[in-house]
Amino acid sequence: MTSIANQLIIFDDVSKFYGEILGVNRVNLSIAPGITSLVGPNGAGKSTLMNLMTGLLRPTKGRITLLGIPTDHPEALFRKVGYCTQFDSFPRGATGRGFVKSFLMVHGYDQKKANELTEIALERVNLVEAGSRKVAAYSKGMRQRIRLAQAIAHQPDVLILDEPLNGLDPMVRAETIALFRKLASDGLHLLISSHILHEVDMMSDRVVLLNNGYVVAEGNIHGVRNEMQEHPMQILIRCDDPSRLASHVFAQDHVVEARLHEDNGGLFIKTRDADSFYLLLNEVVANGEVNVESVAPVDDDLSAVYQYLIGTEGGST
Amino acid sequence: MSATVDSVTPKTSNDGLPWSLWLRQIAAILRLEIEKNFLGRRSILIYLITLLPLFPLLVLAVFTPPGNEWRDFSKYSTIYAFLYNGLILRTVVFFGCAWIFMNLFRGELIDRSLHYYFLSAVRREVLLVGKYLSGLITSIILFTGLTIAAMLLLYFPHFSSQSLRFFFDGQGLTQILTYAGITMLACVGYGAFFVVVGLFIRNPIIPALLLYGWEWLNFLLPPLLKKVSVIHYLNSLVPVPLSEGPFAVIAEPTPAYIAIPSMLLVTALVLVLSAYRIRHMEIRYGSD
Repeated sequence: MTSIANQLIIFDDVSKFYGEILGVNRVNLSIAPGITSLVGPNGAGKSTLMNLMTGLLRPTKGRITLLGIPTDHPEALFRKVGYCTQFDSFPRGATGRGFVKSFLMVHGYDQKKANELTEIALERVNLVEAGSRKVAAYSKGMRQRIRLAQAIAHQPDVLILDEPLNGLDPMVRAETIALFRKLASDGLHLLISSHILHEVDMMSDRVVLLNNGYVVAEGNIHGVRNEMQEHPMQILIRCDDPSRLASHVFAQDHVVEARLHEDNGGLFIKTRDADSFYLLLNEVVANGEVNVESVAPVDDDLSAVYQYLIGTEGGST
Repeated sequence: MSATVDSVTPKTSNDGLPWSLWLRQIAAILRLEIEKNFLGRRSILIYLITLLPLFPLLVLAVFTPPGNEWRDFSKYSTIYAFLYNGLILRTVVFFGCAWIFMNLFRGELIDRSLHYYFLSAVRREVLLVGKYLSGLITSIILFTGLTIAAMLLLYFPHFSSQSLRFFFDGQGLTQILTYAGITMLACVGYGAFFVVVGLFIRNPIIPALLLYGWEWLNFLLPPLLKKVSVIHYLNSLVPVPLSEGPFAVIAEPTPAYIAIPSMLLVTALVLVLSAYRIRHMEIRYGSD
């Protein structure tokens, strides 16, 4: 049990109140390695959750451990954890390189090792050239990247990133997502909050959906979607004989709606049991009754889950 | 992915504590903070406060005011004692320490940069010690320098040969070292007070002014209450005692062997309180 706990981020019945205002309530989570995204609207509790797991805030109730380390032991915690916050502020007068290096030295590294780790971190975020310039002269995207460099410089096992893609141009976004994927494939825990749902969908192994301080869903996005029985799964099938396929589909209890396309080249269905539908479709295709051109789930993604559970289109969180 | 670096793995000493790591961390914090204290935007005010007593002394160096006491070398010990007590100790050192030490944490909360320290693998108590020492080094360099410079600037322009004898053959050296020691002790005591105030209170100006008033009214307080102040212990150590006026409640000065350890003990207790506070401190810049 202990060895498993040492590999997980665990929230055990965690609540945080700011006076009488709710931050998060009764959060129970066990987060395994990989990329986990925190998603929710403004005030949902994403940053509160991140600040709680890094000890910047203390829970009103409950207990949090990261890889077995309680959050009130920063001296042990931050050997394994890096946190890139949303606070866009820096020590005055610091250069990018000096900023990263000085806090490595606060970690306890000697000059030589701090220099070495600083260069590795700057290289990872493509700021080697700009490292000698003052952070105050950086663009928003560069400031975001230098904060990321500072968070990863000591090579942590857990990386917590609050809106890390904010302010980055599309090219750098793609590079940064690739970096996250690389870090996750190296066995790191990455916890990311982002309001860009399609990017979250693209890079996350699992999501935690938050609303009004409560965790409303968590897990693999497709698993979460499958459990939402009250919202039947929508699937679009392009095929040569949609009427025949429709006749098979209508015989199934789990299918609640089936509609032929106007061009008679496809079928749109809503089902409460997508797995059973796919089995049926396989059978029909295997029998040679229908030739399928494409099958596309319409609402088996984070945006749809977000819309169903939280009730808005997402966007700014 | 954790960097397996020998230099950062806490090596414990015989008492089980990673002293070498802590010392390295304190050195790193000192580097950052001392640079900030001396070269940061907030240092301008400190320089102005520190230079304040030197302006009248520079004027005095050029123009000797009328009055016999200014022509009598033996009176200069008393003149300096007044200057030191009224302007340097009670004003410059007090407000200088208030500014330096309250900003160690409060300033970073205002700048929204304290979280970088809190997100480093450093015990918060070590951070406190590092920051306190940086404030101490800064204030001691500035205010001890001021104490010495002010004394030399008072004596030498008008009585250079007598001053040389006074400082090298007479009481001068002992006096200047004693005043410097008192300034250092004041930095230690006021520094600890202002660190804890900066950690507990959102607007530290009010408690600073309250303490300022309390220290100035110390001469009116009954003997027992006099001892609940920093200035009482510092005044007990001055080489040239001053009359506190006709309304003063007379109390025996506390001997140095009690005054100095008492100040250090109270400072240590205040720092323990600060350590407790910082260990449990949250960062919510919005509400700070």
